[in-house]
Amino acid sequence: MSGVDPFVLNLTVFVLAIFVGYHVVWNVTPALHTPLMAVTNAVSGIIIVGAMLAAGPREMDIGTVLGLVAVTLAAVNVFGGFLVTQRMLDMFKKKSKK
Amino acid sequence: MSANFVALAYLVAAVLFILTLKGLSSPVSALRGNLFGMTGMTIAVLTTLTVHSVQNVTYILIAIVIGGSIGAVVARRIQMTEMPELVAAMHSLVGLAAVLIAMAAFNNPFAYGIVAHAGDTLHSSNRIELFIGTFVGAITFTGSIIAFGKLSGKLSGKPLVFAGQHWLNLGLGIVMIGFGIAFFITPSWTPFLIMTAVALLLGVLLIVPIGGADMPVVVSMLNSYSGWAAAGIGFTLNNNMLIIAGSLVGSSGAILSYIMCKAMNRAFLNVILGGFGGEAAVADSGDGKQKNYRSGSADDAAFLMGNASSVIIVPGYGLAVARAQHAINEMSHLLTEKGVNVRYAIHPVAGRMPGHMNVLLAEAEVPYEQVVEMDEINNEFADTDVVLVIGANDVVNPAAKNDKSSPIYGMPILEAHKARTILVVKRSMATGYAGLDNDLFYMDKTMMIFGDAKKVVEDIIKSLA
Repeated sequence: MSGVDPFVLNLTVFVLAIFVGYHVVWNVTPALHTPLMAVTNAVSGIIIVGAMLAAGPREMDIGTVLGLVAVTLAAVNVFGGFLVTQRMLDMFKKKSKK
Repeated sequence: MSANFVALAYLVAAVLFILTLKGLSSPVSALRGNLFGMTGMTIAVLTTLTVHSVQNVTYILIAIVIGGSIGAVVARRIQMTEMPELVAAMHSLVGLAAVLIAMAAFNNPFAYGIVAHAGDTLHSSNRIELFIGTFVGAITFTGSIIAFGKLSGKLSGKPLVFAGQHWLNLGLGIVMIGFGIAFFITPSWTPFLIMTAVALLLGVLLIVPIGGADMPVVVSMLNSYSGWAAAGIGFTLNNNMLIIAGSLVGSSGAILSYIMCKAMNRAFLNVILGGFGGEAAVADSGDGKQKNYRSGSADDAAFLMGNASSVIIVPGYGLAVARAQHAINEMSHLLTEKGVNVRYAIHPVAGRMPGHMNVLLAEAEVPYEQVVEMDEINNEFADTDVVLVIGANDVVNPAAKNDKSSPIYGMPILEAHKARTILVVKRSMATGYAGLDNDLFYMDKTMMIFGDAKKVVEDIIKSLA
């Protein structure tokens, strides 16, 4: 496998992940489609990893500054997304118990 | 830490994200799933902090605290009716972050390990990846801002259409790809920035022609785009974590768009090209003659429902606009105490985003078991004594089944017309989103109750108590 271009490996992971996503999401109950969207907002906040790498280099330049801004934006998504999902799911749970 | 360790930690996080989505198959497992998601994200962030090239740890932590606090405050304060706006705003943040990261990567590819030596130019495959990641991010960013404006009422929900719109978009798309090719040939800032600017403009132009009623599709579509944008950046940075998480989100948004289109019986392309809901006035000209309808009072409604053995409530977004969710729950509580079997029938496009109505009812503490999806409840209408349609219109229009000339013909509906008695709470006889008259309102067994949804429900409660 040593001769394989990283692009091809990336593409392999990409295609397989789409299949996993496709099958998992069809099993989501329609009642929870809004929480699904909120939690995928949080998950797409994973771009924070890319932002951290961009902000990483010690010498500050335009690239690291842009990276830090991106970290801030992505952090809004991560925290906002998971917490609002939690809030919604708590509402659903409350009534199931009664 | 070693690159292998980092990659394995990302794998663990990726599995946790898959379990997060899997958990959403029921409300109980969903809570555990959300915890998995938070754990996965924590693992991913902490692992990235140990990566050798990540040196500015203090600044990064400050940025996380600032962004995280904003997110936490918003998550706590947001009204459930405002969820579509919040989701749209978050999509735009992901889009912008993708564009910023792409710029940083282009500025200094060596620092991110994309090229082997300082000063090397990008490989051809890197250029394509960078191009795709940037324009998807840019379109997501501005498109979501427009969607946010329309959903929050800061911009008009009416579709903005003008002559030659599609040709302009096509032309801009070609220009954007043209500069992408120019960037591919000579990777410099000029084609990169022009391409980004065109993509930003295109994001605006693609969303302005889409009407308010189609927003559930648009929000789902932008959800999907935000995932693809993250995956695109993953390709640029050769980072599997971003590729996997991005693809999960991307396919989730795509499936939701498909479900929404199907629920409105619209082709995806037809929604995206826009303009629907603009020419509403033409559709309801009908046969021109005055049709008769029966109207009644809240007391009549209370009497009918109180003596029924089964009641199905069909809530629409009008219910949420009138803030009548809590009142309706109180009403169904009273009916249940009288021995009436009360259920809620939910059409997939009952709210302004997929599953919105379920959340609004959950917030009002309507029991989960009483809320039933369209496919499950449709064959029960015929055995139901009373249907209460409140704040909904097109989703119960029998023309979708019977009238081949109707614009909504073929759209799946809640078959309220089959019930023994139908009560419709409405402000006036005005038409719904699609601008269509609704034959349900003129049936002999239908009674119209005019007024504000909340006021009417409160009157019904008084009468029942």
